[in-house]
Amino acid sequence: MKNCKSLIFEISKPGRLALDLPPCDVPDCAIDSLIPSQFLRNSPAELPEVSQLDLMRHYTKLSNRNFGVDSGFYPLGSCTMKYNPKVNEDIAQYAGFAEIHPLQDAKTVQGALELLYNTEQYLTEIAGMDAVTMQPVAGSHGELTGLKIIRAYHRAKGEARTKVIVPDSAHGTNPASATVCGLETVEIKSNEDGSINLDILRGVVGEDTAALMLTNPSTLGLFENQIEEIAKIVHDAGGLLYYDGANTNAIMGIVRPGDMGFDVVHFNLHKTFSTPHGGGGPGAGPIGVKKELIPFLPIPVVTFDGNQFGLDENRPQSIGKIHSFYGNFGIIVRAYAYIRSMGPDGLRQVSEDAVLNANYCLSQLKEVYYAPFDRFCMHECVVTAKKQKPYGIKTLDIAKRLLDYGYHPPTIYFPMIVEEAMMIEPTETESKETLDQFIDAMKAIAQEATMNPEIILNAPQHMAVRRLDETAAARKPIVKWKV
Amino acid sequence: MAWSYLPHTDMERRSMLDAIGVDSVNSLFEDIPEKVRINKPLNLPHALSEQELAKEMRKMASANANLQDNLCFLGAGAYDHYIPSVVNHVIHRSEFYTAYTQYQPEISQGYLQALWEYQSMICEITGMDVANASMYDGGTAVTEAAMMACAVSNRKEIIMAQTVHPHYQEIFKTYAVDREYTLKNVNFANGIMDIAHLEEVVSKSTGAVIIQSPNFFGSIEDIKKIAEIAHAQGAYLIAVVDPISLGILASPGSLGADIVVGEGQSMGIPISFGGPYLGFFAATEKLMRKMPGRIIGQTTDQEGKRGFVLTLQAREQHIRRDKATSNICSNEALCALSAAVYLAAVGKEGYRQVATQCLQKAQYAYGELTKLAGCEKVFTVPFFKEFVIRLTKPVAEVNAFLLGEGIIGGQDLGKYYPNMKDCVLLCVTEKRSKADIDKLVSRMGAIL
Repeated sequence: MKNCKSLIFEISKPGRLALDLPPCDVPDCAIDSLIPSQFLRNSPAELPEVSQLDLMRHYTKLSNRNFGVDSGFYPLGSCTMKYNPKVNEDIAQYAGFAEIHPLQDAKTVQGALELLYNTEQYLTEIAGMDAVTMQPVAGSHGELTGLKIIRAYHRAKGEARTKVIVPDSAHGTNPASATVCGLETVEIKSNEDGSINLDILRGVVGEDTAALMLTNPSTLGLFENQIEEIAKIVHDAGGLLYYDGANTNAIMGIVRPGDMGFDVVHFNLHKTFSTPHGGGGPGAGPIGVKKELIPFLPIPVVTFDGNQFGLDENRPQSIGKIHSFYGNFGIIVRAYAYIRSMGPDGLRQVSEDAVLNANYCLSQLKEVYYAPFDRFCMHECVVTAKKQKPYGIKTLDIAKRLLDYGYHPPTIYFPMIVEEAMMIEPTETESKETLDQFIDAMKAIAQEATMNPEIILNAPQHMAVRRLDETAAARKPIVKWKV
Repeated sequence: MAWSYLPHTDMERRSMLDAIGVDSVNSLFEDIPEKVRINKPLNLPHALSEQELAKEMRKMASANANLQDNLCFLGAGAYDHYIPSVVNHVIHRSEFYTAYTQYQPEISQGYLQALWEYQSMICEITGMDVANASMYDGGTAVTEAAMMACAVSNRKEIIMAQTVHPHYQEIFKTYAVDREYTLKNVNFANGIMDIAHLEEVVSKSTGAVIIQSPNFFGSIEDIKKIAEIAHAQGAYLIAVVDPISLGILASPGSLGADIVVGEGQSMGIPISFGGPYLGFFAATEKLMRKMPGRIIGQTTDQEGKRGFVLTLQAREQHIRRDKATSNICSNEALCALSAAVYLAAVGKEGYRQVATQCLQKAQYAYGELTKLAGCEKVFTVPFFKEFVIRLTKPVAEVNAFLLGEGIIGGQDLGKYYPNMKDCVLLCVTEKRSKADIDKLVSRMGAIL
């Protein structure tokens, strides 16, 4: 292959080792005397053979071809790419957290259970709910768990409610989670600003409504100010309100989903609570519920009797188990540490600064990019390439050009109800200088669009690779290494 | 008060508000109805400095009995294997761990390649054609495999061996209840699936047969035979495997499995009280376009240079929305990276050696323990790194004694199998030395 980074398989040399193992110090038995040969491998698996330095250089080179929040500004909308505090990484590696077995006797893991219990309490308070389970390991897992709880609740009341109302501006996981939960999605058209059309909503709710799933602030970064009326419409019909907490970073200490009328809420600890995104996980998607739904929470439930923490599995109405153990504990440790670092005033300041930063970007960018909504946004803003379209420039091209300027692009083509959308979420951890530099880059690209569109269409030029052929990748998939 | 994660000074906030054209930050929240706002501080503990936080967290951590200070013979789905030092160094390069999903491939080539190499290694050890880039954990991977098999076969019945991890069985039930899937269990005899019972229950309605090997008891199942029985009825065979065991055991692909899943925690991921872990998921080429999760593919750029992208996205929830068969999206990428670095670090020879040492040491421990009066053999089939013995005293009592001696004893099987009261499932990994095992044997001898 032409001038590209070697694969680890290509640098492999027979006989090289990256790890010395201690010699086996128990009496050696012939393997086939212990396990019949038909169960054994005929030849060893072809794993790489590299020295330790080869290995470190390989992965260091790969890391150099990647970009994280520590590398630079990463305004990926709806993903809350805030700074990941380093001390929280250290804490998660303490032996008392990283080296405890999930099936140890509860008496030997009181610190871990206390941490889970306290985090549940904190999130309960932040969201204005009555109880929280920390078990779901991703936002989508939280959605599924929440919908299962809603379904179990209706079932316990003897009601066969099978429809979930989802606005067309919702994250794609909302309808997918409903389907996996055996529920039918009813998609409703939003108003142009992404808000709920109350007449349409009134028209679709009924005795088959299980829930409405809502993101608020919406996926357009706008607060749904009709929320009280929406809650009333859904509740009057006997349905429940599900809160997609992807955008919680805008509202901490200001407004709580529970007070808005939501019955179930999921959080994304990797967004709002600063745990690393990991390049696509691990995250965590705990959910909070109102009192009537507590009996249906997944098992085990962390308990505290005033003296000892424990795990309760004897919950007859529970939806059951949703994870092999108790969720992504290591991630919960980091989120706990974050909440303790910030305190109540700090969390409110987080949301204020996140909203301030997004509005600042919007106020500067709307001079040169089309801003479809003429109002204040919450923690993220949407602009589009409408003004650049006459020059043959699409949102995708602007995103690719931003790479050359050293930025991770915003989320593009989402929300789907806005044409050529770019959703910019700066987060509160970015300074004014960083925002100003990004705004300058965006303005420079807008200028290029009129003067020199070719440079945008040919972007990126300064990355490890140029634009890639995604169609060929999907048509004839090469998904593993072959000699 | 200032917070080190928040850069703005009050003066900067002022100048930004001026630029926006508002007096105060409260104006930016004008859309939020007054009635639903909270007008008091959240009831949370006050903020801690980094130094105070570290102290507080150390205190909390020290309230747990950890596996550095105690010898661990507990397994049952979470394992104390050695983690090579390089793993932590690689995954803590912040270009990896502070990134997100590789939506923009040009700026994410490093991670995409690393995940593609991970997929390749998972295919190699399992003997399959295609692997995805991660699932939540072993238990949910089993359920996703079952749901995929039902979707592809257009059948709604799953047959699961009772020797599959009881937690995995429970997770499937949680998912199944809302999808009208039915679950049939197959009994075990002498620690492995009762093949005669399987033949009785399997039928043309069966979407998949799920077998774990080494199974929950550590025993090795006859995947090949079970696959033949499943296939004869047009059912898929889902094999749940311990990736470490594949250093010496035949790959499930070579034995006829259609889908191979499992818990990847053993491959360089801390035991961490049950998570984050790694579900791995591999299948035959025929099933590739039906698989859940992210898949990385190789392609070329405009100049013909090799590159990598997220591919086959037409399967995924952000495109399929309510047509999706799985709602899984990004999940445990960094754990997949750990597993790839682990496999590269132990390498071809080390991978075989780790598995061999697990086997030899478990065998030694089993031999020594079953010489003790008060320890009885339960099964006679071959096992890998875990085995079952029956004690003459309650397991809880024995474990409480062992804990006092700095040993974390095995899993009490009475919790999961009512007729296996007094049976304990012990695990011996390559990390235990002969002296460790001898200590266990001597202390067990003392209490029994």
